[in-house]
Amino acid sequence: MRQEETISAIATPPGVGGIGIVRLSGETALSVAAAVFRPKRKGTLSDMKTYEAAYGHIVAPDGETIDEAIALVMRSPHSYTMEDVVELQCHGGGLVLQKALSLTLAAGARLAQPGEFTKRAFLNGRLDLAEAGAVMEVVSARTGAALRAASGRLAGRFSGRIRDWRQALLALIAHLEAVIDFPEDDIGNVALKEAERRLCQLAAEMERLLRTADAGRVLREGLLAAIIGRPNVGKSSLLNALLREERAIVTDIPGTTRDSIEEIASIGGIPLRVVDTAGIRDTDDVVERIGVERARQAAAQAALVLALFDGSRPLSPEDEAIWEIAREKDHILLFTKSDLPAAFAEEEIRRRMPDSDALRLSTKTGEGMEALSQRIVAKVYGGERPGDESLFLADVREADLLRQALASLAAAREAIESGLAEDFIVIDLRAAWEKLGEIVGETVGEDIIDEIFRRFCLGK
Amino acid sequence: MFNAGDYDVIVIGAGHAGAEAGLAAARLGCRTLLATLSMDNIALMPCNPSVGGPAKGHLVREVDALGGEMGLNADRTCIQFRLLNTGKGPAVQALRAQADKKRYQFTMKETCENQDNLDVKQLLIDDIVIEDGRVAGVVAETGEFYGAKAVILATGTYLRGRVIVGETVYDSGPNGQRAAMKLSDSLRRAGVRLMRFKTGTPARVDGRSLDYDKLIEQPGEDDAPSFSFLTDEVTRRNRVVCWLSYTNEKTHKIIMDNIDRAPMANGVIKGIGPRYCPSIESKLLRFPDKDRHQLFLEPEGLHTREVYVQGMSTSLPADVQIAFLHTIPGLEHCRVMRAGYAIEYDCIDPRQLNPTLEFKAIGGFFSAGQSNGTSGYEEAAAQGLMAGINAAMLVKGGEPLVLKRSDGYIGVLIDDLVTKGTNEPYRMMTSRAEYRLLLRQDNADLRLTDYGRRVGLVTEERWRRYQQKKAQIESALTALEETVISPSRETNEKLAAAGLSPVHVVTRLFDFLRRPDVAYRDLQPLFGLPEISAEAARQVDITVTYDGYIRKQQEQVDRQEKLENRLIPEDIDYQAVPSLRDEAREKLATVRPRSLGQAGRISGVSPADVSVLMVYLERQRRAGRPAKEETP
Repeated sequence: MRQEETISAIATPPGVGGIGIVRLSGETALSVAAAVFRPKRKGTLSDMKTYEAAYGHIVAPDGETIDEAIALVMRSPHSYTMEDVVELQCHGGGLVLQKALSLTLAAGARLAQPGEFTKRAFLNGRLDLAEAGAVMEVVSARTGAALRAASGRLAGRFSGRIRDWRQALLALIAHLEAVIDFPEDDIGNVALKEAERRLCQLAAEMERLLRTADAGRVLREGLLAAIIGRPNVGKSSLLNALLREERAIVTDIPGTTRDSIEEIASIGGIPLRVVDTAGIRDTDDVVERIGVERARQAAAQAALVLALFDGSRPLSPEDEAIWEIAREKDHILLFTKSDLPAAFAEEEIRRRMPDSDALRLSTKTGEGMEALSQRIVAKVYGGERPGDESLFLADVREADLLRQALASLAAAREAIESGLAEDFIVIDLRAAWEKLGEIVGETVGEDIIDEIFRRFCLGK
Repeated sequence: MFNAGDYDVIVIGAGHAGAEAGLAAARLGCRTLLATLSMDNIALMPCNPSVGGPAKGHLVREVDALGGEMGLNADRTCIQFRLLNTGKGPAVQALRAQADKKRYQFTMKETCENQDNLDVKQLLIDDIVIEDGRVAGVVAETGEFYGAKAVILATGTYLRGRVIVGETVYDSGPNGQRAAMKLSDSLRRAGVRLMRFKTGTPARVDGRSLDYDKLIEQPGEDDAPSFSFLTDEVTRRNRVVCWLSYTNEKTHKIIMDNIDRAPMANGVIKGIGPRYCPSIESKLLRFPDKDRHQLFLEPEGLHTREVYVQGMSTSLPADVQIAFLHTIPGLEHCRVMRAGYAIEYDCIDPRQLNPTLEFKAIGGFFSAGQSNGTSGYEEAAAQGLMAGINAAMLVKGGEPLVLKRSDGYIGVLIDDLVTKGTNEPYRMMTSRAEYRLLLRQDNADLRLTDYGRRVGLVTEERWRRYQQKKAQIESALTALEETVISPSRETNEKLAAAGLSPVHVVTRLFDFLRRPDVAYRDLQPLFGLPEISAEAARQVDITVTYDGYIRKQQEQVDRQEKLENRLIPEDIDYQAVPSLRDEAREKLATVRPRSLGQAGRISGVSPADVSVLMVYLERQRRAGRPAKEETP
């Protein structure tokens, strides 16, 4: 059987403690696993028979031991996907698992898409017809997720910069291609030395961004969440409840919170960077308008949006604006003040946003708070649940793409240095350009050819 | 209606597409009719006199490897040869030649007229006859009917052709030929969607009126290769030189002062023209900052004084053409023999075709060349050959030939056309090929001869040459893999004597050859490697030097192959596929891709849509519908 490229993902449900598994499947599963797993006894993973397990450690390239682990080898076709599969069973949760996952990605695996193991299992004849429907759901959920504005932090906060890089690469690619395809036309050759300097610059900028987007960093620095809702809906109360201390000024006067306040709350072991914002509503008050603008921005940058609706007051047009903002992002809908009599039917909102997570909440009685933290944890570690394009994994995926783009840039520079011709250099530049495009969700089309003709007067 | 005869295959048009189509079908044993508007204009070159160039030269070599005619015909009749891009990688080096236009035509005419099974007739076709969704034959303007099992549309720019020179507009084919005015309506009645494209050509000037002292000479290269893998070394092929000059401010001023008289600027021309072959007035409008544009002066043949003014395509009025040409150094006193003109014509939306070039909705009806919205002699020839082969396969009940994007530029060309369609005359470029490194002009025979042999177009002589070259390459690569040299004094002295740098560790010759300054012919005598032809040695050098890149690209091909080989049933109902996005559903239903690989290349179909489709097909298969799996 011909195997697909190797994919990797955390296969165990979210939560801290117990055993966590990183699962690899595909043609190089064994060699990727061997690169990150050092067995205690002599021998390598590639020599192991199917269903054989080895005790050892997950080790980073710099020699740092990440965790002790057991590697279980399942050779094709004796596995769930019918491909070569290695499971790395680690001890630690959260950070440790993420680190192990990142190492497998750095060693050549690609981050699995939601449902991808199951899809392979199905296509390789492992699952029966009844299960196919479920697979379709998973796969199509992915369709929706991919189409939504990318929810990860790179795509959100840095999309402008990434587009600039792409544009710079595109200009260079178009010039190289024009020189190749129209050798008798009157266009100057590409100054390769100059191009190399530019690529060097680009690579440095990308590396800087990659450092900020390093997978482990999310767990160290937290996941950015924005609390949005119209004035006096209970945003600050929720923030305080999450922080378990009075930090923001909480009053009953609409518009009290003028500034966005950023705090770090620990939710199920995840550092959640919560931004509380001014209420989103149209206002003539200048100070508050700045706050509103900030709220929109905070939501745009956040990986997770907590959208609040006051359960004790009728829905207003302003609430419309709230869910317009929320639906662009991974979000949880919260109906606040559940201790007061309900003023509208929640079903109304649930019906309009049927795929959304929704909870009733009272910061006074504490109703819903436990459920909220469970939902947040589930979103961060989100496994293979349909419709759950996990926030955290979105970040890892983007970092993974950025790393691949960087590797291609490095290869292009190497090609220039070793004196290879334009057509070789352009191979790696195109690869880098495409990877960056995947981050910001821009597809590859006729762009290069359009750019060639836009920039150069060609043809005889 | 008078039945004037029954054929297996009828080809409408005998340009570069039609001639290849007719020859291929006849050579594959089909009784074939090649219908041309004018017996004097078979394989006419109504625009530039050149054949080849990047991607186009690749196409010619591919046509040749499959058993087509263009390469041989060009080798016999071209009068200047150059290898372009020699400073770049092997994949983008390309042969370009200047043809003697009349010799090119007459040689092709002679080949067609002497081909067994092929009738060449001067006929203007007015009507395509379709019965029960299948083509049944054609009707000529003179009223007679010709029956056929397959018909190939290769009408070039003749469908409702309209020529425009300034304020002068008339119905015409190129070069004053008749236009086919009725066939478009017949196609529309058959349900074919048409588009309107435009192209143009520059003036021809009298070579005796040029001031050659002011022009820059562009000589040919005596060591340039040939197009055909069957052409042996030839001498004295470069019989003319071309010349280079530039426009200037005065030229631009005359054009811009008269821009309101330019049909492409004032709205007279409605058709869509190509971006890569713009008229001089378009160049000035689009790139106003460029202070000069280059032009080449190219002789049109050995027995004419006409010189083609490459780069100055225009549809400005004749007086403006003469005035601006006279501002160009070397052309101050030039006499215009033919004015430049623009031509508008009907072509089909190629997304109506299968990758075999057969209409999806009309059995036995094929289309090839400019009538599919392409541009260029080479693009036309490539499609003509493929349409001819597939029409013959249909008649004979053989397996159709569909080349993949990883097989050749022909595969890229046809896949682009039928999958993405085109909104301007489509020109082949190397940047359109994602596996460019593999699709080299030097290995077209290694890529395609087997396919040509399978369908039956490869002659014994071609097959023998190919087998021999392949065996030589293999023996050399094996020897390189198996020979190991050690850093002994003896070895290093041997290397030094041959001008090669020494080795410091035990090295396989394969790895030694990777060094940029080493070629197979250097190592062959030193280490008793197999003696092989220069062509084979070049393949070995390229294979070894670029091994890493080639391997990487081959891996991408292998990965994509799985999707290419997963065929979609022709009668699939996309409405019945759950979870597809509406946009994808609509695009898929329009294009009706043949494989999952092709589906993924439709704009508006995401990778996730392809996954949805893949799972759906698998489910259908398990539910008892045998899904087709192609053997590659």
